[in-house]
Order: sequence, then C-alpha cells, then structure tokens
Amino acid sequence: MLLAEDGTLSVDDWHHLGDDEPVPGSGLVTVSFARWQLDEGTLRVRADKLGLRLPNTIEPKDIASDLDRFALIILNFPKFTDGRAYSQARLLRTRFHYQGELRADGNVLRDQLLFMRRCGFNSFVVGERAIKENWAKAFGEFDVFYQQPTGQGPWVMRQRLGPRNDP
Amino acid sequence: MYRYDDFDHRFIDERVAQYRDQVRRRLAGQLTEDEFRPLRLMNGLYLQLHAYMLRIAVPYGMLNSKKLRKLAHIMRKYDRGYGHFTTRTNLQLHWIKLEDTPDILAELASVEMHAIQTSGNSFRNTTTDPFAGVAADELEDPRPYAEIIRQWATLHPEFSFLPRKFKIAICASKEDRAAVKMHDLGLYLHKNEAGELGFEVVVGGGLGRTPYLAQTIRQFVPRRDVLSYIEACLRVYNRYGRRDNLWKARIKILVNSLGAAKYAEEVEQEWLASDREAIAIPESYIAEIASAFAPPEYDRSPVDEAALERAIAGNPAFARWIKHNVHAHRVSGHAIVTISLKEVGKTGGDISAEQMDLVADLADEVSFGEARVAYEQDLVLPHVRCDRLLPLWQRLEAAGLGSSNKDLVTDIICCPGLDYCGLATARSIPVAQRIAKHMAAKEDEIGTFNIKMSGCINACGHHHLGHIGLLGVEKNGEEVYQITLGGDAGHNAAIGTIIGPSVKSDDVPAAIDTLIAVYMKLRQEGERFPETYRRVGQAPFKEALYAPR
Amino acid sequence: MLQIVTGNRLRDGVVIYFAGAGEWTPAIDKALVAEDDHANALLAEAQVGLPPLPAVGPVLIEVTREGDHLRPVTLRERIRASGPTTGPMAGHTALDANPAASGLDDYSI
Repeated sequence: MLLAEDGTLSVDDWHHLGDDEPVPGSGLVTVSFARWQLDEGTLRVRADKLGLRLPNTIEPKDIASDLDRFALIILNFPKFTDGRAYSQARLLRTRFHYQGELRADGNVLRDQLLFMRRCGFNSFVVGERAIKENWAKAFGEFDVFYQQPTGQGPWVMRQRLGPRNDP
Repeated sequence: MYRYDDFDHRFIDERVAQYRDQVRRRLAGQLTEDEFRPLRLMNGLYLQLHAYMLRIAVPYGMLNSKKLRKLAHIMRKYDRGYGHFTTRTNLQLHWIKLEDTPDILAELASVEMHAIQTSGNSFRNTTTDPFAGVAADELEDPRPYAEIIRQWATLHPEFSFLPRKFKIAICASKEDRAAVKMHDLGLYLHKNEAGELGFEVVVGGGLGRTPYLAQTIRQFVPRRDVLSYIEACLRVYNRYGRRDNLWKARIKILVNSLGAAKYAEEVEQEWLASDREAIAIPESYIAEIASAFAPPEYDRSPVDEAALERAIAGNPAFARWIKHNVHAHRVSGHAIVTISLKEVGKTGGDISAEQMDLVADLADEVSFGEARVAYEQDLVLPHVRCDRLLPLWQRLEAAGLGSSNKDLVTDIICCPGLDYCGLATARSIPVAQRIAKHMAAKEDEIGTFNIKMSGCINACGHHHLGHIGLLGVEKNGEEVYQITLGGDAGHNAAIGTIIGPSVKSDDVPAAIDTLIAVYMKLRQEGERFPETYRRVGQAPFKEALYAPR
Repeated sequence: MLQIVTGNRLRDGVVIYFAGAGEWTPAIDKALVAEDDHANALLAEAQVGLPPLPAVGPVLIEVTREGDHLRPVTLRERIRASGPTTGPMAGHTALDANPAASGLDDYSI
C-alpha cells in the first residue's frame, strides 16, 4: 500500500521487475539499478513509464544524466536508523532537479515520515498500521522548520529576514 | 541571552505535542520499545539502571535565573530534588517517570528550554566557552554562531539518522576552554589575512574506545558559509560512515581510516557542488542573533579596590577562592566567577534544587540574571562586580557551593558511573570522592591538576584528557581502574597513555598520591603535569607506582 | 545456577522482577526463581501478553539465595536492586523515609 504526502492511500500499480524477469513490452515497471545498467538500451526504447530502485549505496550523481527517463525512483531504508536515503533524496530533488515520484521503501515508520517528506519524498510504502494508526497525521505535526525545506514550508531564517533578494 | 521569537515558541510547542503523542502511543502499546527508543532518545530520555533519565539541553551552556528556577522546580516535582551537570553542559535528572516526561518538556518549553537531540544519532548540543562574551582573550563572541548552528541542526531532516552522534564545539579565544579538539567537528574563529572573520574547521575528534583528536581540514571557512561547509562534512559522513559496527561508526573512524586529507577532499568536492547560497548566513542575520548577546549595562563606577584587598588579606579562605575561582573579566571592576560543584565528599557535577534556586537568586543579584555551565561540570557567574565578591562567596560557602578548587586536584571530572548509568562497568563517583578526600590537604601545594574519570570505555568523564585519567572496568567481578597519564584538554590537547596494569578500587587514592608525589619531585618551575610527563617520560611514574611495597 | 527475570517498569522505569502468572514486583525477594535450564522458559513466560508489556528490556540475572532473601550476583544488579551506593539516594534511603512518594510500593501491574 502507498501513502502519498497529501495523506491519501492507494494501491501500488507498478510492477517491480525481478532481475531475472524479461522486460514486458508495455506497462509500468521498476527495475533495479543493476538491471538499469545492464539493459539500459532495451529499457530506454519502451514507451511506458519506467521506475528505478536505487540502493542507498549509490550516489545520485551516478544516475543524474538519466533522471528524465524515470517517472519513479524508489529509495530504500533497510533499517529506519540507516539514514543514507535522506541525503540521496535531497540531492535528487535539489541538486539534480528530479521532478518525478520519489518513494520511500523498506523500514518506513510513522515517526520518520515527516523527515522523509522534508527531504523530498512524496510517496511511502506502508502496511495496514498506517490506516489503523492514521499515519497521515504525521505530516501535519509541524508547520515551521529550522532548515531550508525541500519542497514547501517556511524556513525560519528566511522568514525572519523577509523574502530572499537574489542578485 | 537568545530569546525565543514566535517561530521558536511555535516549533517547541509543536515538538512537545508530537512527543506527547509518541508517549501516548507507546503506553497504549502501538509502538514497540525498539520503535520508541530512538524517539525518546531524540528527546534525551534514556532508560538507566533505576529509572528513566532525562538529559535536558543547555544550549552552549547558557542559563538565566528563570531557567534555573524552572529546573529546580522540575527537580523537586518530578525527580528526587537534585540533578547532575554533564561534560556536555547538559543537566541530567536520574529518577524520571516516562509518563511525566511530556509535562516536563512542556514546563521546559515555558522557559525556552528543551531536551531535543541530547541523545540519538544526530547533532548534539553545540558547546562553547563558558566565558564567552566576557573573556579578555576573545576575538568575538562565539555564541551567535552556536545559536545559529543550534537552530539549523534542530530536527534536521537529512541528518537525524546519522551513523552515530555528532558533537560540535566552537572556540573564539586564545585559550580553548571548550576542549574543541575532542569533538566530531570543531570551529576555531579567527581572521584571515584580509581581516575577514571565519573558522578553522577541525574534524574527527572523539574519546571512547578509540580516542582521537580532531584534525584541521580547512584553515578558513568564511562565517557566512559555515553552515554549508558543515552540511558538506555531514553529507560525506552520512554517505560513508560505517553502519555495520557501533564502535566504528563515529566520524573519527571515517576521518582516520580515509586520512584527514582524503576526507577533506571529499568534503571540498561536496561543498563546491552544493548550493552554498541556499544556507549562507547573511551579515544581517548574524547581527540580529548577535544582538541577543549584547553585553549588559555594567555599573562602571569605581570599585573600592582597597576594601577588596583588605578582605582578601584578612580572610585566607576568601583569598583562596579569589585565587582559584575568580577570573579576569574584560570590563574593569568586574570578574567571572566559577561556582565549583566539586565540594569534597559530594558527587561532582551534582546540584540540589535548593542550591539551584540559590544560584538563580545570586545570578539575579550580582550577574544580571545570567549563569553558565562549563563542561568541567561547574557553573559560572559571568558578570560579577568586584565589590560583590565577598558577600557572594559567603553565601555560596554557606550552601556548599564555595569550594575553592577550580583546576585543583579535588576538581575531578567524573561521570555518574555504575551508581546510575546503564552503560557503566564500574563506579566512578565513590572513587572520585575518596581521591578528593585523600588529596584535599595537599591541593594548594600541588597546584593545577586535572583528574578525569569514566566508569566505562565511552569516556563521558574524558579520562583520556586528564593529567591523570582513570577508567573503571570490571575484571572477574571486581572493579579495577586503568590509569592513563599525560592527557590534556584545550589547544595543547593530548590523549593520555596507559601506564600499566589496572589498580584495585581501594588502592586508587594511594596510587594517585604516589604519581603526584613523583610529579612534585620532578617538576620544574611553572610546569603542569603534562609538561613534566612529556619531559621525563613514563619511567619514573611507572617505577614508583609498581615498586614492590 | 539460580536466575530471575528483571526489567524496568514501562511507565516509570522502576526496577521490577517477574513474579510469575503475569505479575511483576519491585520486591526482589518475591521474584520467581528458575533453576538451571528452566531459565529460558521463565524469560519467555515473562514476555507473554498483549502490548505494551509491563517491563522494558526483560533479562535473566543470576542470584543466590541467602536465607529468605535473593541476592544478585553482579554489582550492577545489586545496585539496581538496592539503589546507588552514594549520594542523596544511596540505598534508596530517601524512599525509605517517604515511601508514599516513592513509587516503590509493591503492587502488581
């Protein structure tokens, strides 16, 4: 099940292609980073949207030139205490201007959702608990932050100083 | 002192509400302990031997009378009437109930305090010079930068799940009173050749199982760029820091396995690729934050110095206090006062609610309401007019706060140890008490001497940096103490070296006495212990300590 | 070897011991004792129940029997059982003076 940043829940309509599976002619599929490197040629000529599953050990700059090909990038939290994907997300959004869906998968817990969204994630793979415990509420717990946001929301220093006067 | 504006208040209130809901979910069984632990730790709540322990943040050691009174109230209402100042200038309460913690945080928020990130694998409390803003040897007040870093580092979305904790310290004076080199990241404020202010950045310090001193990775970062540079340091750490082994996860391990030069290169690349303007600190913002730390309106009328001299001459105990605990202030007729929390026989760093209230009153009466916490587990009154020193000392003395032992042998830095701490392997408080009692009569003759003791390898008591360091460990069911010699904090920071086999608990005071006797015999004029030790080497100490008796 | 199960009470952190039948107690002498290889079964029994479980971090600790009393073997567990060895709360003395405020009264959870 997927939780979106606006709090809505939906069913995942992507097929997450195993590395041994043949590439289907059509339909929404995601591939692993390894598969992308191996079959980039085949994958590029497909008409349908493509998604990428990026391990948290790969640097965003290594796929920077391919980003316009992906409609979805899935980053992984093998354990919720492993915070590497936060940096990946921020870089994808702010440095490489990735515009597509950025999804958090793995050990995604309620109390990390807001951190994730603030780094640029906009969808989250969640279980049944998300409904029972109304996880969407987590997004609204703060409306002011001390950092430059990735996405929306006021930033304390900037708000205190007034609008930024770019040269 | 920095005052919260509407943003800070809103943020902190939202944080309390968020935490209250987390506690509610834990008590309702919706969160497992494994899920809840990182959440409570991000609010400084540990589970220790006897109860929960709350570590309250004292950002860069700054307190005022209102905060002190609130802390005293919390200690009385929710704890057992006392607390413990730590080597990171925070306050720990040892007897806390989980179900009370949301209310405690709400009480703290009412005086612009919190416990955010006093634990967990994220930024910890940024520390600085307890004499900031009043020290005679200071280039510029470091506190505005500490406050800007505090704000930027608070619930940072990218860096709240680092491989391990991350501690920052700032120094802006000739003497390093913040032990900057033992931090994950240290900033030394200085001017470049063009006369611009900026920071020398040192990285990779830390004590614990593998102690390292921080190394310089950049001589000069303009102050407007300091956040983007720290961000680059953190991003490289977040990417490459080890996550497979808790003991190798600190940035010191990364810096020392890559080599400082290689790490610096990675940071430089990341920094140059980043949008530095996005978090550049405009001059106007530095000025705005700095205005909160403007000096108070000192009474500059002449002080009756003859009267003070007479009081000193007529009262040897007062004279000792002046000598050891009163320091030069940049405004004439004023002094900085260290309130020692190391009364011989008591627990170092501990303070009772009544003492806390007294310090609040005294801060109001003689120090413009202000007090500081020093990492040496003492309090500081930063703005005392010299004609108030005698009555101040008398009232401190009457309350057990007048010990004249700053930087003397009884001024022992000491962690809570196995009497309280879940990580400890041996007790430290009772051993420190016995050492202090044993050595007290000789402390003037010995002069400057720093003993530091930890009850486990995590080194909260900074034992590696003690002139004599003591590490308590358990061996075959017995508490024994490993002795290191020659450590030092500050600009001349050095990691002590282990002298030999550990000493039994009962034998520790005599062992210290023996080692110090060797030092006193061999020292040359003006030499502190680390200098003598470096000059003469380990042999004479070893011979004396392990000689057959 | 004699072992008992101890943990800290979830809501207030007080040191408690498993007394059997879902009950926990701050009084160590009322702890249920397991001999030798029955210890793991005791630990498992202590962790049965609906969340939240009353004790955080339940573990087995070794004890010896001295008359009617149980005495932990390690110094760490002796300090957990009877309080710090120094300071205002040494041996829980402050609690003894004011048991009403202590939270240490013996009630089941």
